[in-house]
Amino acid sequence: MKRRVLYGGLAAGLMAVMAPFLPAYPLTVLTQALIAAMLAMSLDLLLGYTGLPSLGHAAYFGVGAYAVAILATERQVGFAGCLVAGIVVATVAAALFGVLAIRATGTYFLMITLALGMVVWGLAFRWVSLTKGDNGISGVPRPDLSLTWSLWGALPFFYFTLLGALIVWVFLTTLVASPFGLGLEGIRESESRMRALGYNVWLHKYLAFVISGTVAGFAGVFWAYYNGFVSPVDVQLVTSVEALLMVALGGPGTLVGPAVGAVIIVFLKNFVSVYTKRWLLILGAVYIGAILFAPRGLFGALGRGRR
Amino acid sequence: MSGEFWIAQSFNGISYGALLFLLASGLSLIFGVMRIVNLAHGSYFMLGGYIGLSVVWRTGSFATALVAGAVGVGLIGLGMERLFLRRLSGQTLGQVLMTIGFALIFQDLALLIWGGDPYTIPAPALLQGVVRTGTFSFPTYRIFIVLVAFVIGILLWLALEWTRAGAMIRAAVDDAEMARGVGVNVPVISLAVFALGACLAALGGVIGGAFLGVYPGADFEVLPYAFVVVIVGGLGSLPGAMVGSLLVGLLDNFGKALFPELSYFTLFAPMALILALRPTGLFGRV
Repeated sequence: MKRRVLYGGLAAGLMAVMAPFLPAYPLTVLTQALIAAMLAMSLDLLLGYTGLPSLGHAAYFGVGAYAVAILATERQVGFAGCLVAGIVVATVAAALFGVLAIRATGTYFLMITLALGMVVWGLAFRWVSLTKGDNGISGVPRPDLSLTWSLWGALPFFYFTLLGALIVWVFLTTLVASPFGLGLEGIRESESRMRALGYNVWLHKYLAFVISGTVAGFAGVFWAYYNGFVSPVDVQLVTSVEALLMVALGGPGTLVGPAVGAVIIVFLKNFVSVYTKRWLLILGAVYIGAILFAPRGLFGALGRGRR
Repeated sequence: MSGEFWIAQSFNGISYGALLFLLASGLSLIFGVMRIVNLAHGSYFMLGGYIGLSVVWRTGSFATALVAGAVGVGLIGLGMERLFLRRLSGQTLGQVLMTIGFALIFQDLALLIWGGDPYTIPAPALLQGVVRTGTFSFPTYRIFIVLVAFVIGILLWLALEWTRAGAMIRAAVDDAEMARGVGVNVPVISLAVFALGACLAALGGVIGGAFLGVYPGADFEVLPYAFVVVIVGGLGSLPGAMVGSLLVGLLDNFGKALFPELSYFTLFAPMALILALRPTGLFGRV
């Protein structure tokens, strides 16, 4: 535990020190990777620690991003307002969907979260008066925090995102080490045993679902500001599955692993797509390869995952 | 909102449901036997459509296209199950990632081979035009879809209920371990069911190609519909897939006609309601 905190802190520190020396393009890709890492870590709480594979996690991420995009472009709401709105909307969505999803277990859970994710996608796609449909919402301005550095710059925005990722990481590491977090791991291993011990299994799973959605919404807020553009692509099934891949590739139940998985996927995606149009082919092969050759993820395979 | 509107929309809904049945019955059986969430199932639909399209271009025969699409995609399914999915039995997450990996590869390959333009498979002249009864006119092709789904549904039902292989499949759906214990060769059953499911989806793809079109992205567009059908009907249940398909076809059609901005909501909200009341779907047993 302490060692992991040390590594995480070191990685963040290293990135912070290196950032000013990086060219602009790798820096923006790294920023994007950090946002993906937030999403992957939020999913890890559900998948790795609670054992609930959600196939619709992009929904909460996207809902947060849409809230920011709509408020910032149409109502000129400032950063604080957008941040709160993004988090609240994602939390409410997760709280509503969670009631339905938590009833199910195993594969049913997977299918229900998929279907619920599709609800959000359908709304983003069809509710044109609110979301502008397939065209998406463009021109989301970067927040003005009245600091000396404008967040329109790549470097200040990187630090801004790094701060966000650190907050997520510290929050989730603390959470999974708490009695509540240990309860989640117990449920992952044996639901019936935890029930026999007097734990409120439903409530634990439900809270994990909601918190996970909240954190995903937090990541979505950063995404809206980073990309300046939010569209149904951000909530589609492939985005949800990509988040699953990041977690699976890094090692579920390690938090650091999914973050690393996110960085790998984002970098791969950005650099491979420069050289070839056949990016999807390669991504598909990565999915299959990850399952065949590292079924427990990079960090799981190194023996630091769950025992 | 005349009576005509209701009858025309109901018919459209039923014919779309019939197409969904071809797609979802296979998914449901695959799920029932192997507990695999097959995210590549929409790809079978799309690939079936594309193969059918190429065959129609070459031979001009719609019937050949149907056979070629079904057989070609069936072989793909066979290979996927035997070489990749079999070694992942019981690993839900692994299967999901594996099948989505294949779905992405198929999507990109289809784009590479057939390009990004949307096409429509030309329906045979016999099936074009409309059938008039009184004041109503129904497109012949949609009647054809309903008939095909009906025949296939009956055949599947007969095969499942009255043949030895069907009994083995039902045994594997109910309890794979016990089935294996009494001498059912579950791996072979799984392989056959998986290939059959792929065939049916591809058949739906060829038939749907003359009616919805063949285009990139069709795979992920039909996939959620198939999932909703299976969830509503209950996993591994053929009657469930039938009722679910009809229900989803009708809901989707009326939703799109009556509340265009909320059309997905009108599809998924009833699904959520059914789940809240019956978590295993209407006909699910486990």
